[in-house]
Order: sequence, then structure tokens, then C-alpha cells
Amino acid sequence: MTQPQTLDIREGYKEKFGFHDDIKPVFKSRRGLDADVVAQISDMKREPTWMRDFRLKAYKEFERKKLPMWGGNVAEIDFQNIFYYLKPTEEQGKTWEDVPSDIKRTFDKLGIPEAEQKFLSGVGAQYDSEVVYHKIKESLTKQGVLFLDTDSALREHPELFREYFGTLIPPTDNKFAALNSAVWSGGSFIYVPKGVKVEMPLQAYFRINAQNMGQFERTLIIVDEGAWVHYVEGCTAPIYASDSLHSAVVEIIVKKGARCRYTTIQNWSNNGYNLVTKRAAAYQDATMEWVDANLGSKLTMKYPSVYLMEPGAHAEILSIAFAGKGQHQDAGGKAVHGAPNTTSSIVSKSISKDGGRAGYRGLIKIAKGAKGSKSTVRCDALLLDEHSRSDTYPYMEIEEDQVTIGHEATVSKIGDEQLFYLMSRGIPEAEAAAMIVSGFIEPITKELPMEYAVEMNRLIQLQMEGSVG
Amino acid sequence: MSATSTLEIKNLHVAIEGKPILKGLNLTVKKGEIHALMGPNGSGKSTLANALMGNPKYDVTEGTILLNGQDLLELGADERGRKGLFLAFQYPTAIPGVSVANFLRMALTARRKEMGEEKPLPPKEFRALMKEKMAILKMDDSFAGRYINDGFSGGEKKRAEILQMAVLKPEIAILDETDSGLDIDALRIVSEGVNALSGPDLGVLLITHYQRILNYIKPHFVHVLVDGRIVKSGGPELAHELEAQGYDWVRDIQAA
Repeated sequence: MTQPQTLDIREGYKEKFGFHDDIKPVFKSRRGLDADVVAQISDMKREPTWMRDFRLKAYKEFERKKLPMWGGNVAEIDFQNIFYYLKPTEEQGKTWEDVPSDIKRTFDKLGIPEAEQKFLSGVGAQYDSEVVYHKIKESLTKQGVLFLDTDSALREHPELFREYFGTLIPPTDNKFAALNSAVWSGGSFIYVPKGVKVEMPLQAYFRINAQNMGQFERTLIIVDEGAWVHYVEGCTAPIYASDSLHSAVVEIIVKKGARCRYTTIQNWSNNGYNLVTKRAAAYQDATMEWVDANLGSKLTMKYPSVYLMEPGAHAEILSIAFAGKGQHQDAGGKAVHGAPNTTSSIVSKSISKDGGRAGYRGLIKIAKGAKGSKSTVRCDALLLDEHSRSDTYPYMEIEEDQVTIGHEATVSKIGDEQLFYLMSRGIPEAEAAAMIVSGFIEPITKELPMEYAVEMNRLIQLQMEGSVG
Repeated sequence: MSATSTLEIKNLHVAIEGKPILKGLNLTVKKGEIHALMGPNGSGKSTLANALMGNPKYDVTEGTILLNGQDLLELGADERGRKGLFLAFQYPTAIPGVSVANFLRMALTARRKEMGEEKPLPPKEFRALMKEKMAILKMDDSFAGRYINDGFSGGEKKRAEILQMAVLKPEIAILDETDSGLDIDALRIVSEGVNALSGPDLGVLLITHYQRILNYIKPHFVHVLVDGRIVKSGGPELAHELEAQGYDWVRDIQAA
């Protein structure tokens, strides 16, 4: 029924997200990277010496480290063709009226102020290198919740910042973590005090606007004992002929009895590399949940991790990867059981279409002594045509005997029978295919807040548009 | 040009992977009529159902299919569905993760649009409609939230097909061996469901191997399909003759 296709499945992207604004940045570092550019970024931000030194040291690490030889093809990234820092505005807005009108228009189009009104506890909006808008509900501020951009956090909460910054992901972790540590800018900083439950999600939206831009946000979340928070991030970018690079570092500390859910709907344009390091540490009886949906980018390499540090800690990783024409999604997750009676669950759903490549890469590690730990991994792949590809790389390092491990993997193809069935009821082919895909990822979308589940299904529909010859 | 609300099949030839199955089938089903098409295994019954609905695996090599005078062969399965043709599948496919209600709402919206109704049915009215139709088929309310045919029993699958038919209100419905795999209670419930829907606004083509379902759904016409052609047509009494004498009887007629 569906013939091999040559159309770009993400053609709907252009209109919705692929536009760009012609803005004059306040400052733009010169193209390319060296120690001077790194120092200049720090100087522009008037940072304390320790951070300047941290950056410069990280830059050396970046130079020293080799590119990964596994995952996707990162050899073609031209690090000297990228702009590492672009400051779009002088001041961060406290209200949307403070944000320059063309930038505000972008976020309006993306529906951010509207979502803020309706169902969010707070919003941060990053435009290229800087956060241009940030706000949290007053009631939460009164309870001591901090939600601000990471640069401001360094200035305003230096001690708290320094206690946790770089502790889970040191610059030496990998080449891209080193790069981020050298040139980081923006991102979210969240602190939720003991026992405080943030009912509605906090959201950050990351927008790349400039061509050949590198965006290196840095996020640090600390959820104190018994506290609860749900953080959501979204991201999009214009479509350009040449590549952009997004390389974030996210560190999360979930203390005793606390719970953190981190939801990502990654929808970069297809000319972007998305190479992100995300790691959380969960302490006694704490729960860390990653809900990680990857729809966009040319290449994504991202494996959100949870280190289960104390008994009773629980990790939940839900991963969706959708790869269309010219896309490679190397996604997955890691759970490291470092204490007895810790539990983890990883569910991965990957969808490949029009020659795209999507897969699962993950690690379950159970350290010696982590007795009574349990882990289950489930990876399902859906291939929408003959010339797309799915990979599964489930790594296991089990050093303890008294544990329970489950692993299940399936690969299926979208069935002509299913399409015919839905179509016979009057549903057009593209919608029918989108419906099957939405159904396939339903175990994950049902975990999303309703608004995001709707958004997710809408994005899937957009992905499927133009796919019918 | 033919009369309206009619399915006309003329000299239909259908092949699967190059192998001819239907070899010149003629049949007309009008609104308000119930036709039973009976035939032994391999006679081409399911091929007819699939070809009528536009399953791309079935090649129509000759002949025409008209719905209300319009050539269906030019239309895809989805367009045929929107125009009011319905197939109750013999083996309905499971669509995991898609609920019966969501699917039916989408299908109904597409069907309504075709009939000039731009707006979808408001959610409240849709829920009421589902509830009403599910009650007729003795289905629990929770059924609407289950995933289409996913883990359904044989009886639930067939009831779900009739439920879809009840909601989408087709003009012509093809029931492909809807009686197969049903115990007597389920058969009765499904048949009552079909009877509740039949009337002047619906034409039914009931495809079956056995006479059993015709005890519950009374056809106006009975046709016997053998080797890709209708070899005998008649009234309801034909079904009883078949039951008594077996398909060899018509094969012999054909040979004679």
C-alpha cells in the first residue's frame, strides 16, 4: 500500500517550527573555538574566577578527548564552523512584555506564554545562548522553590550552586560534557526545599535561532528530601542548510524520599546534532523518572542515566525515538544499581521511517553488594518501511547474584492489514499510519501530562504528513 | 445511470498474486435489502469482501463496482468507507494503544465530513451514542476504552465490528463470515445487533459458509458462490436446500 517514499516526512516542520527571526544579537562570539573564546564567554558573564578556571580546564579536556567511535557519526561536526556564544538581548524579561517583540513573537508561535497561563508553575525561555524570559509562580517562591536560569543561579546562590555543579558529570566524563563545561550558557537551575511538592510542571523551552549556532545549556536540579517536581523541556530550531550543535549537560540530585520527573520533547530541526549528557543520582527511597522523546535532529546521542545510590531508590526511564529521512536517533538509558534493593525500569519505543535509523542503547549495571535489586528493560521497535533501520544495544553488567533482571525486545512492522482496517473505516492513510504509531508509543504518552500527550500526538502526525505518495 | 443507494457488481474478476479467484461475478444489493452470499471454502467469498472494500492486495482485473452509480475502483479504501461502504471483517486486526472510542470518533468525523457535516460530533453526544450502541450489543461501558481488538475474544471482536457499523451508519454493509467462531449466545447478540440496524436505510451483503446465521438474520435473497461465480440465486428457501443437500448439489448444477 505505502510505496517506498522519497518525500521528507518532516516537511510539516518547516512552517510550524522551522522559521527564523532576523534579530541583531547584542553580542556574538567569533566563529570557532579556542581558549580565548572560552575566556571571553566567562568575561562577558562576569563570572567568579573559579568558574572561569573550570571552563578553561574543561576546554583543555575537550581538546584532549577523542570523539566517540560508537553511536552515530560525529566525525563530520565542524567545531570551527560553529558560533559558541550569542547573546540575543541585554536583559532577561520578568514579563513577556519585557522580551523584545520579535523574540516574543517566536515564543508566541510556539505557544509558550499560553501554556504558562494554563498549566505551568513556571517557565524559562532560552533563545540561542541566553535565557530571555524566566518566571515562577509567586506561591512557589514563597515556599522557597528556586527556578531560575543557571547563570543567574551562579550569581545569586553561589554556595548551593557550587556544592552540586559538576558533581555528577565532571568535564572528564566525555568529550561533549567537556565542551559543555567549557562554553555552557543558560539552562535551568531548580531547588525544591524539603517536603515541597510542586504540583504543576516547570517548563523550559530551548530555541536555537541563529545559523551554525551551538547551544550549550546547563541544567542543575536539586530535589530535597520528600520534595516533588516535574520539569519539562521542549526544543525547536529553524531549518538551515548547515549544521547546528546542541550539547547540554543535565545533573539532578534526588534526595531521600523525593521524586523528580524530567520530561523532554526534543524536536530540533534536521540539521542539528543533539549530543546530550543527562544524569541523576537517586538517594534512599527516591524516585527519578526520565521521559525522553526524541523526534528531531540529524543525530541524537542521549542516554539519560540514574545512579541508584541508596536502598529503595527507583529509576524509571521511558524513551521514544522517531527517526525519519536522514535522521539517526541513538537513544536509550542507563541504570546503575549501587545499593541493595534498588529498582529500575526502562521502556524504549523506537520508530523508523523513510530510511531513518532509530534504536535503543542502554546499560543496566548492578554493583557487587546491590542485593535484591530488580531491573526490567523492554525495547520495542516499529519499522514503517523496508529501508529503515532499528538497532538494539542492551548492555548488562551484573556483578551481584541475588538480583532479578528482565529483558524483552520486539521488532515489528506497520502492517498493511492494520492500515487497511483503519482506512476501511474512512480514515485517510496518513492519519491511519499516525494512529498506529501513536498507539505504539501510547504506553509512554499516557505518562505525559495531558497537554504534552496531545502535543506529542500532534507532532507524530506532523512527522507522518507528506509521507503518502 | 443506476438508481441511488445501490451496490452494483458487474462481471467482477479478481486475482491474488496473479491467481484468478473471482471470475465474472454479478450482484446488485439495494438499500433495504439483505442478501446472503453462501459458498464453500475457497469459492472466493472473502476475496469478494476484500475487493469490494479496496484491499490493495486484491487485483481487480476486469469488471466494475458501483456505489450509487459511482465507480468504486477509482477510490481508495478510506474513500469507500467515507462514502458509506462498510466491511465487518472476518479477522479484525488488533491496533494496540488505540482505543475503540478514539478510533471511532475519528472515523465518524471523517464519515460526517463526507456527508457535508464539517464539525465533529460534540464529545458528550459521541459518548452517548457509543453508550447506546454498546448497550444494544450488550457490551460493557469499559469497552470503549479498550484497545481495538487487542486481546479481544472471538465474540468481542465480532461485536466490536457491529458496534462500528452501528456508529458509522453505512449504506451498504458487507458482513464477512461474521458468524464464524461464535458460540450460540454470541451469535444471537451479534445477529440482533445487525437486525437492529437493518431497515430501509441499509443494504446488507451477508457472506457465510453456514446456514446457521440465517436463522437469526432473515435474508431477502440468497446467492450461491462456487469457483468465483454466482451459480444460483433465489429466495430464503435456497439456504435451506443448501443446508439439506450440501454444496455438491450446486456444483452438480453448475457442471450440468
